[in-house]
Amino acid sequence: MEVIATRPKSLRDVPFTYCPGCTHGIAHRLIAESIDEHGLINKMAGVAPVGCSVFAYKFFNFDMAEAAHGRAPAVATGIKRARPDMHVFTYQGDGDLAAIGTAEIVHAANRGEHISVFFVNNAIYGMTGGQMAPTTLPDMKTTTSPYGRKVDDIGYPIRVCELLDTLVAPYYIERVSLLSGPDIIKAKKAVSKAIQYNKEGRGFTFIEFVSTCPTNWGIEPVKALVWAKENMLPFYKPGVFRDKGAPE
Amino acid sequence: MSKVLMKGNEAVAKAAINAGCRLYFAYPITPQSELIEYMAKMMPTVGGTFLQAESEVAAINMVYGAAGAGKRVMTSSSSPGISLKAEGMSYLAGAQLPCVIINVQRGGPGLGDIQPAQGDYFQATKGGGHGDYRLIVLAPSSVQEFADMASEAFDLADKYRNPVMILADGMLGQMMEPVDFKPAKTDQEIEAMGHQHESWCIHPNQDGDLKHHHEINSLEIDPVVLEKHVTKLYEKYAQIEANETRHELYNINDDNEILVVAFGTASRVVRSAVDELNAEGKNIGLFRPITVWPYPYEELAKCIGPRVKQVYVFELNTGQMVEDVKIAVNGKVPVNFWGRVGGMVFTPEQIKEKLQACF
Amino acid sequence: MKTEIICSGFGGQGVLTIGKFIAQAGMKEGKHVSWLPSYGPEMRGGTANVSAVVSDQPIASPIVSTPDILVALNQPSIEKFAPHIRPGGVLVYDTGMCPDGCKRTDIQIISAPISSLAKEIGSDKVVNMIAIGMVIGRTNVIKYESMEEDLTSFLKERDPDLLEKNLIAIKKGMELGKA
Repeated sequence: MEVIATRPKSLRDVPFTYCPGCTHGIAHRLIAESIDEHGLINKMAGVAPVGCSVFAYKFFNFDMAEAAHGRAPAVATGIKRARPDMHVFTYQGDGDLAAIGTAEIVHAANRGEHISVFFVNNAIYGMTGGQMAPTTLPDMKTTTSPYGRKVDDIGYPIRVCELLDTLVAPYYIERVSLLSGPDIIKAKKAVSKAIQYNKEGRGFTFIEFVSTCPTNWGIEPVKALVWAKENMLPFYKPGVFRDKGAPE
Repeated sequence: MSKVLMKGNEAVAKAAINAGCRLYFAYPITPQSELIEYMAKMMPTVGGTFLQAESEVAAINMVYGAAGAGKRVMTSSSSPGISLKAEGMSYLAGAQLPCVIINVQRGGPGLGDIQPAQGDYFQATKGGGHGDYRLIVLAPSSVQEFADMASEAFDLADKYRNPVMILADGMLGQMMEPVDFKPAKTDQEIEAMGHQHESWCIHPNQDGDLKHHHEINSLEIDPVVLEKHVTKLYEKYAQIEANETRHELYNINDDNEILVVAFGTASRVVRSAVDELNAEGKNIGLFRPITVWPYPYEELAKCIGPRVKQVYVFELNTGQMVEDVKIAVNGKVPVNFWGRVGGMVFTPEQIKEKLQACF
Repeated sequence: MKTEIICSGFGGQGVLTIGKFIAQAGMKEGKHVSWLPSYGPEMRGGTANVSAVVSDQPIASPIVSTPDILVALNQPSIEKFAPHIRPGGVLVYDTGMCPDGCKRTDIQIISAPISSLAKEIGSDKVVNMIAIGMVIGRTNVIKYESMEEDLTSFLKERDPDLLEKNLIAIKKGMELGKA
């Protein structure tokens, strides 16, 4: 029998700890495949966040650091500055990156730090049990917005790509979706481009994945994909915000 | 090399560079500004990294990253900034990462003021961050000692894979004294040192695929595993306690009537008073802990001579180290305390008055 | 032998530099020295002062509360520190800046219109050199030669004209100090 798909070398033979229907596994795989394809496995270092992907340090097959909540971009900065010959990425969720770690991501982007940031946006805190995230949609119910997110009280969700796009230094910023097969193929191209730019030392690269959280949304996995397409994508529109490497 | 007249803040920065520190991340705060400014000026001239972080929190986490990558790295701040770094220090200790943190203490609590104080003794020696951990804490009393401690701190950090704090204060940071610098490590020595942690740190696979998978981490979700990890840390701390206490004795003898204990710059003011009283025929001994964690309990206990009537502790706080002194003295003689706070520094005359009242 | 000095004046008058030159010269002569400035926002336009100690023995406290020498470049400095000068100690002050002077009779007072003299020599910058000269003329805390050596190494290439003015200023101060 011919093997047509196998585990990328950049992923270890360790079972994921994600819920059924979760898209973290897809995001991990896209990153790992891209690292394999660009031949970077021996020079790669990753930084895991606090949140559902906290155990990402166990899943990737190269040196990994586990950061304090929100601090992954600062930790990645320290690694990259100490080992400029290595290629460094962070993997962060919406609470980690856009709430407690807002300062770190904005300033790493603003310095044009030579790292890649992979940002999984599913509009909720997963690990701690479904609390409101900075990216939770207006009127969306969570365990800490049981009556729905009231924008007059707590403000509107933060669009991180748009926010970072106001800065001069970032090299590449794109938002992709993990909500369908074709979307995932597009997402893979974006991830691969970010890793390529990282390999070439171009500067700060940022990919946001619009994702789902069937468990904490309380919606079955397939319906969660539909819900996200209908509700998330109109607010978080996929697209390239910045690509300094694109042909003129 | 001939002596150079230098501020403590600059001297410790220069000494850190001499010791092979090539990465420094920090955020500006008084009274340690000369330290960050010196690094900004000098790091680029030795091919090192100076980065002014967006916050104290970011700076300590950059230290976490660079220490995780196995390189000598340092940060510095003053009291309120150290509070912000406390989270990161706990992670550094948990992940067993070597690094050096300098605290040029100022008056507190809160924003306090910018004058010298010793109010962060508890924070430095008893925790500060969450969880069960220890920092090795060195307390210098002169600009020369401050500078010498830079290389000692890095050596201890590397030896034990543990963060080391140098607990100075605004007076030591701001004052100038002559300093004799140790020779700077050569590029070859620094290169060699850069490999010493490769059994555990983040570094490239030089040849071939997948030689290692290192995790820089303080998370152990399984309590059974975490207990083992913390027990291992505890054993390491016990080893540090057994091997690394440092202290200085001044006029300790069997005829001491009073034993005085003070640390850091405060000990120098106290020494002036002790000198004057001894010249008048009194017999007072001075014990100065140099490591405040591990604390030299046994060494201090040995200094309580047969004629010592009481132990007197002077600090620039409301009484913090005095608790460790009481542990060491263990009820043998009364322990007295006097301190000044808010950035006010006691004078030799005031100390003399306090001590005279004991006779 | 231990000499404790306080130099005090308005921020920008160079009082910290006076202390630094004395400490530097003392160090060159193989003595123990310390230099401890006041610091913080008060330095910008407010009063600034520095404690300098020069000693044959290691220096315990770098804080000077009863100085052997006070160099005062403004009246508030005299009010603040002159009462603490050790009996028999030295007060150097600028009569142009300290109109009320000092009433103590148990100390040696050396006063001169230092700012005006500096203008005569040709530079406002040499105020602190005249003051150091006055200290050298009256006490043996440091030697003229150490100052000359230090200034020469610092200024010979960069500004020979200022070097000459500085040396003239120190000598002028020494005459005043000896008188």
